[in-house]
Amino acid sequence: MNIVNFTPITATFGGMIIGLAVVIFFLFNGRLVGISGIAANALSEKNNRFDNLLFLIGLVIGPILYTVFTNKQINITISNSLILLICAGLLVGMGTRVSGGCTSGHGISGIGRFSLRSIIATITFMIVGILTVLIKNYI
Amino acid sequence: MNKLISLLAGIIFGTGLVISEMINPEKVLSFLDVFGNWDPSLAFVMIGALIISSPLFHLIKNNKKPLLADSFNYSKNKDINKRLIIGAALFGAGWGLGGLCPGPAISSIALLNINSITFVVAMFVGFYLVKFFKLSS
Repeated sequence: MNIVNFTPITATFGGMIIGLAVVIFFLFNGRLVGISGIAANALSEKNNRFDNLLFLIGLVIGPILYTVFTNKQINITISNSLILLICAGLLVGMGTRVSGGCTSGHGISGIGRFSLRSIIATITFMIVGILTVLIKNYI
Repeated sequence: MNKLISLLAGIIFGTGLVISEMINPEKVLSFLDVFGNWDPSLAFVMIGALIISSPLFHLIKNNKKPLLADSFNYSKNKDINKRLIIGAALFGAGWGLGGLCPGPAISSIALLNINSITFVVAMFVGFYLVKFFKLSS
């Protein structure tokens, strides 16, 4: 194991901002953030549809505002294989709904309220994610 | 007013994803590359989020009701079952393949990157399939 590109300060600070968003949504609207649920329900559930859509629009506006105010470009590196991205998207879409949460719903909101169910889900998707990268990179 | 909060919470969350660089799939994939070139940053993002959200969640949930809604509304599901494990495993496999999970994927629509938009479309198809076959947890 080599530790590379480790950015603990911006990671913790960015994480605290994410935590603040979770707190605001809970304090005012009484809901816990889980993005897979918000996104899936925005499509298929009438209940809270407009709130869910506004949250998703906010997720997209956030990076735009960041670029406007800081004048910094956001650079991402993503796979170029459309087949891989389609498989990954299908797996993420199905898996998060079957298990009832993703990195935010289980990993932050669920663990934050000490839900054993979410702790088990988070450990599971982390281990399988690590194994998937291991297989992809070294075999 | 609570509509404005939904939008604002989304904006703040999306900004946090940018600052923590979790919007970048490469950064997420190197967190999962524990046995190779490992970047532990993602763990610090979760810790940062939890030190803010967890204590305040436990304080706020004792209030009678939220400031702008009639009642608190969050999952109290405690079931630990096959669906939880299988779903989380499928999600982990997809996450490890692409380095994208739902939040960063949706935020990255802002960058108009065709690859991340392809992922998001496939993810919504995945949501729909689970709904259609009534497999949700």
